[in-house]
Amino acid sequence: MSESAQKTTPLYQEHVRRGAKIIPFGGWLMPVQYISIVEEHQAVRNNIGIFDISHMGQLIVSNLAAAEWLNTMLTNNIEKLEVGQGQYTFLLNERGGIIDDLIIYQIGEQKFLLVVNAARTDEDFAWMDRHRPKDVDLKNRSADFGGVAIQGPRVAKLFHALFGEDVDLPPRNHIVDLGFDGINVSVARTGYTGEDGVEVFFRGEDAVKFWTAALKKGGPLGIKPCGLGARDTLRLEVCYPLNGFDLSPERNPIEAGLGFFVDLTKPNFIGREALLKAKENGSPEKLIAFRMQAKGPPPRVHYSVFDKSERIGEVTSGTLSPSLNYGIGMAYVSAPHAKIGTRIDIEIRGQKFPAIIEKKPLYKKS
Amino acid sequence: MNVPDNLLYAETHEWIRRESDNVRVGITDHAQSELTDVVYVELPKIGRQANAKEAIAVIESVKAASDIYAPVKGTVIEANKALEADPGLINREPYGEGWIFVLKIDNADDLKQLKDAAAYQKQIG
Repeated sequence: MSESAQKTTPLYQEHVRRGAKIIPFGGWLMPVQYISIVEEHQAVRNNIGIFDISHMGQLIVSNLAAAEWLNTMLTNNIEKLEVGQGQYTFLLNERGGIIDDLIIYQIGEQKFLLVVNAARTDEDFAWMDRHRPKDVDLKNRSADFGGVAIQGPRVAKLFHALFGEDVDLPPRNHIVDLGFDGINVSVARTGYTGEDGVEVFFRGEDAVKFWTAALKKGGPLGIKPCGLGARDTLRLEVCYPLNGFDLSPERNPIEAGLGFFVDLTKPNFIGREALLKAKENGSPEKLIAFRMQAKGPPPRVHYSVFDKSERIGEVTSGTLSPSLNYGIGMAYVSAPHAKIGTRIDIEIRGQKFPAIIEKKPLYKKS
Repeated sequence: MNVPDNLLYAETHEWIRRESDNVRVGITDHAQSELTDVVYVELPKIGRQANAKEAIAVIESVKAASDIYAPVKGTVIEANKALEADPGLINREPYGEGWIFVLKIDNADDLKQLKDAAAYQKQIG
């Protein structure tokens, strides 16, 4: 895709003005970093950081039959939601493969907001529209909304500085509508970094106003604008999967180790039969997390994984962890070799480097 | 960006300092600023012979691995071991302690293929 065919978020000019390095990502021109991935990463772990997430898609599903239908499209159980609450869930194909991973919020008695991956938005919409009964309303509102993720241990302080001391932060995984200086925003207590945080959605035309205010009020708290580079290192340390790398239409949530977000007791949802079979037969491969045993080159996507001389799988995500200062990654490896504590080798430019399979998450707050 | 006048440059963002029959090679201030956060350097082996534009070292930042090329034909006679313990030297002192290797050059005329500071400055805009 040429750069001119890429979309830009309402905050694009702000990123350029601040000297961010811009890369194409999922059909969008996004900041990968401002000054340094490591500095931005540390800002989120120690203080607070703000990310443009306007590229993410928003689908709205409504009407009387919405909940019942969505429960046949998604793996998690929507009946567990109350108004204002969200859950992590999967949209699967008939083979149980992952089309997308997303968060669904119940935002009204008969109304749901789905926040989906940028690169999958159109595909998700087309898939859902194809399966949609006539009496359910489905809208792709992605072009209307912008959003930011504000993440880090000092998020509560910034939230109160922005919205007032007497306004309560929504509980974990909940979403609330709030007013901010004459504009309407939705604030969800969610994130992709392993830190406390919120994701704030607003109309595209209000994006610059909110972004500017958050950076200004966050100044004394040490806020830093952060790019996709830090977003990737932060999420990988806590082993959150990235669609297109750790998840794909060829992988199901069971082998990805994410069965917790699949309710197989539901009578019917797309992919259920395939998942039941996968569970019964056992997955041939599993998504594991690993840490390099010594300082060395960081693992990267597509590197081969070995157990002694046998090739057992392939890296799907890898980086140098800024918090641990070691190479870390995730890989699909054949199930008999997937046990925690297994010593493996990662092949990097023809040379093998020792690593060990570890429990997820790789990074835990001390 | 700092582009010292007394150095030669390759299109692939290496700087080259002539030291009699040898050249010392590193990456430019512009290159280190594009890569940022260098976390690992794979050095060439001493005695390795390389052709011009042959990849002989690798610099890894948090986000990607990048090849470093021999600017001219020659033999590696020194590699900067200090980078193994402190790869960040490339970010902090790209033209100083962050040098990567020294090549004994086969033919001094080959250096004429390289850019001067003005031409490199023009390349990076």
